[in-house]
Amino acid sequence: MFEWVMGLSLVIVAISTLMYFYRLVKGPTVPDRIISLDAIGINLIGITAIFSIVMNTDAFLEVILLLGVLAFIGTVAFSKFLEKGEIIENDRDK
Amino acid sequence: MTFLHFSILFPFLFAVFVPFLYKKFRSIHTGWFVLLVPVLLLIFFLTQLPVTANEQTAISTIDWIPSLGIQFTVYLDGLSFLFSLLITGIGSLVTLYSIFYLDQKKEKLNSFYVFFLLFMGSMLGVVLSDNMVVLYTFWELTSISSFLLIGYWHHRKESTYGAQKSMIITVFGGLCMLGGMILLYLITNTFSIRETILQADHILQHPFMLPALILFLLGAFTKSAQFPFYIWLPDAMEAPTPVSAYLHSATMVKAGIYLVARFTPVFGPAPEWFWIVTLAGLFTMFWASFHAIRQTDLKGILAFSTVSQLGLVMSLIGAGSLAFQFDSIEKNVSIVAITAAIFHLFNHATFKGSLFMAAGIVDHETGTRDIRRLGGLMSIMPITFTVSLFGAFSMAGLPPFNGFLSKEMFFSGMLSLLELNTFHLETWAILFPVLAWVGSIFTFLYSVLIVFKTFGGKLQLEKLPKRPHEAPFGMLVPPVILAVMVLLIGLFPGLVAKSIIEPAAASIYPALYDFHGEFPVHISIWHGFTIELLLTAGVIVLGIAGYIFLPKWKAVYQLFPYKLSLNAAYNNLFKMTGRASRNITRSYMTGYLRDYLAYLFVFFILLAGGVMAYKGAFSFHPAESAPIGIYEVILAAVMIAGSVTIVFSRSRLTAIIALGAVGYTVSLFFIFFRAPDLALTQLIIETVSVALFLLCFYHLPKLQKQERPPGLKIRNLLIAFGVGAIVTIIALSANSQRAGETISEYFLKNSYKLAGGKNVVNVILVDFRGFDTMFEITVLGIAALGIFSMVKLRKSKEGER
Repeated sequence: MFEWVMGLSLVIVAISTLMYFYRLVKGPTVPDRIISLDAIGINLIGITAIFSIVMNTDAFLEVILLLGVLAFIGTVAFSKFLEKGEIIENDRDK
Repeated sequence: MTFLHFSILFPFLFAVFVPFLYKKFRSIHTGWFVLLVPVLLLIFFLTQLPVTANEQTAISTIDWIPSLGIQFTVYLDGLSFLFSLLITGIGSLVTLYSIFYLDQKKEKLNSFYVFFLLFMGSMLGVVLSDNMVVLYTFWELTSISSFLLIGYWHHRKESTYGAQKSMIITVFGGLCMLGGMILLYLITNTFSIRETILQADHILQHPFMLPALILFLLGAFTKSAQFPFYIWLPDAMEAPTPVSAYLHSATMVKAGIYLVARFTPVFGPAPEWFWIVTLAGLFTMFWASFHAIRQTDLKGILAFSTVSQLGLVMSLIGAGSLAFQFDSIEKNVSIVAITAAIFHLFNHATFKGSLFMAAGIVDHETGTRDIRRLGGLMSIMPITFTVSLFGAFSMAGLPPFNGFLSKEMFFSGMLSLLELNTFHLETWAILFPVLAWVGSIFTFLYSVLIVFKTFGGKLQLEKLPKRPHEAPFGMLVPPVILAVMVLLIGLFPGLVAKSIIEPAAASIYPALYDFHGEFPVHISIWHGFTIELLLTAGVIVLGIAGYIFLPKWKAVYQLFPYKLSLNAAYNNLFKMTGRASRNITRSYMTGYLRDYLAYLFVFFILLAGGVMAYKGAFSFHPAESAPIGIYEVILAAVMIAGSVTIVFSRSRLTAIIALGAVGYTVSLFFIFFRAPDLALTQLIIETVSVALFLLCFYHLPKLQKQERPPGLKIRNLLIAFGVGAIVTIIALSANSQRAGETISEYFLKNSYKLAGGKNVVNVILVDFRGFDTMFEITVLGIAALGIFSMVKLRKSKEGER
């Protein structure tokens, strides 16, 4: 029963990832794609967590944390890029 | 190491000191010091005369590369003695002549004499070496030093052209000869010429015999200016006249003759040797004597006459190789041919040397060598005229000069072929004497031309750049000595017959000679009324007639326009190979990276795919693979979707995001295949690289539709599909044909026990295989430094910051 539930949730998350992926491919605007990428990142966290339960291991917990951090950083970087045209600004005032 | 070795190395050693002598003693002509070398060597070789005259030999060996069977062996027999005598004797006279010919103030004497001594030493090395590799070394040294000497006046275009041409042709021949030597080594397993001669029977039955023979002859024919390789010799006349006299009449051009004579005991019994050598020689003799008449430059005529005389000697050696078909030496009719060859070789060096020197005097004292501007010098330069007359009449084969004797023997050598019936000679034999006779008529003609166009007729003072007068005494001495020799040997051939000519001829036929002990050399000025004498009379009569009616039949030469000449063929060959290689290179070096990548990938497809197909290496056993789960299928679908998006995206941003998605999916694959460390690293790296892509993206224009040639897309599609398919096939086949156990068991077992770590991946990275990690760190360090320097360091122009 437990395994079955886990399997089902994995499939559900995977399908939702695929649907995000469709958004990513389709667009139509760049922010749409960035949001979908961010959501894919969160979905990956879910998949990794469920998979860790299925595999009965705690080796992937760092991956979950890292994914969270990276998804955040990545989204911020993309957003800043869209907003200002560059990610790291030069201090020209000095 | 004996004095024989020293005699070869002496010119080289002395050449080292020539520049010092030149700098130190400015007031003395450097040639006086150099003159010491050939004179001393000549004296040394004359002391060896009793050795070779009694059919003895001298030999001495130093190891050079003993592990490869290469010894610097010096071997002195009759043949090498004759050549050494020519080299040192004529070398002394030419050095003396050059002292008066070359101006002390205007010419760079130091380089001239260095090249000259270099040449002399290497030529001595060629004729005295017994080891073929050493022979080849000296052979190439003669090519190089001759190149330097021809291009002595390197500011003149014709000199550099002539030097380059002679270099290319002779080095081509030299390399062919090296090939022949290596083939001979493969047959006999020795580089020694004497030992090779002993194995002659074995060589003749070997399948490599014919290629080796042809390669050797290519080497000899290019060096000795035989048809069709003679074309470099007339262009080499741009050299200073002492060089022409020495290299291009007496020594270097005879190196090929020497080679043919030296290897006659090896290849002589083969019919190919006889046919090629004799026919090539005879045709060269005829062709060059025919074309000598159209030349207007004195040295040009002499160059063609040298080619013609070399052809004569060559054909005689070829005809002499028939002597191997006989058992007894007494009845051997071909033996006269080889004696004639050696005798004429010797005679040619004497009279051609004097003629060149006379031509040099004429050039020096009148300022021109053009026979159309010369004439009437007979009373102004009586000594030069006499020398030229002696030389030319000897060349024409008139009594009482030495050329007459060798020309008679040449006829009898060619006539002797009529009596033979080996090698199917009976049908073609008549060709030989006829060609020889016609060639001799032309020889007579151009000999007369040289003398009477230059010294006879009317003096044309207004056409001459200088006011002519007789040459200084020192300049006249060497040609006079040679002219006296021409006459002396003509009158008393016995002076050289027994002592020099016979041992030389005997060393070409060592086996025959050893067996019978007596080599019949009969040279006498009067040998009765023979058919040869009749032929000579015919030559004289027809030659005189040809000279008188020369303006009438000179139109014949219009049949040979420049376009059809061998020189034009040579130049066109050069132009065309240059153009062809340029076109070929241009056709594939397009400058487009996409084309080079296409070559690489197509080559990869052909090579890997070809090997797979040729070896039948494809095999796929699905039974051995692991079961495929639903997660993998979904992930793979995501990756495929991502990849397709990258390829077909219109905007760069989409491509970058899709690439990031693929990278993240890969990290998910790592999770599914239980590789947490990889997953972690992959995630971080993917994020960083996507960020870097975005950085680059900011500075780039929008993805554009490029103008591409039609069909490029299809080509790229095909190549990409091919590469993917090949890699897939190889991966599947490799997976299905695993051989042996993996070593991972060891790491799993020992990671904690030996290295004290539970994370096996990390233990491998820093402990079991720490070296790889170290250099990966180095790579990253270099990359970081490289990026830093690329960003910081901006040189706009050379040297500017």
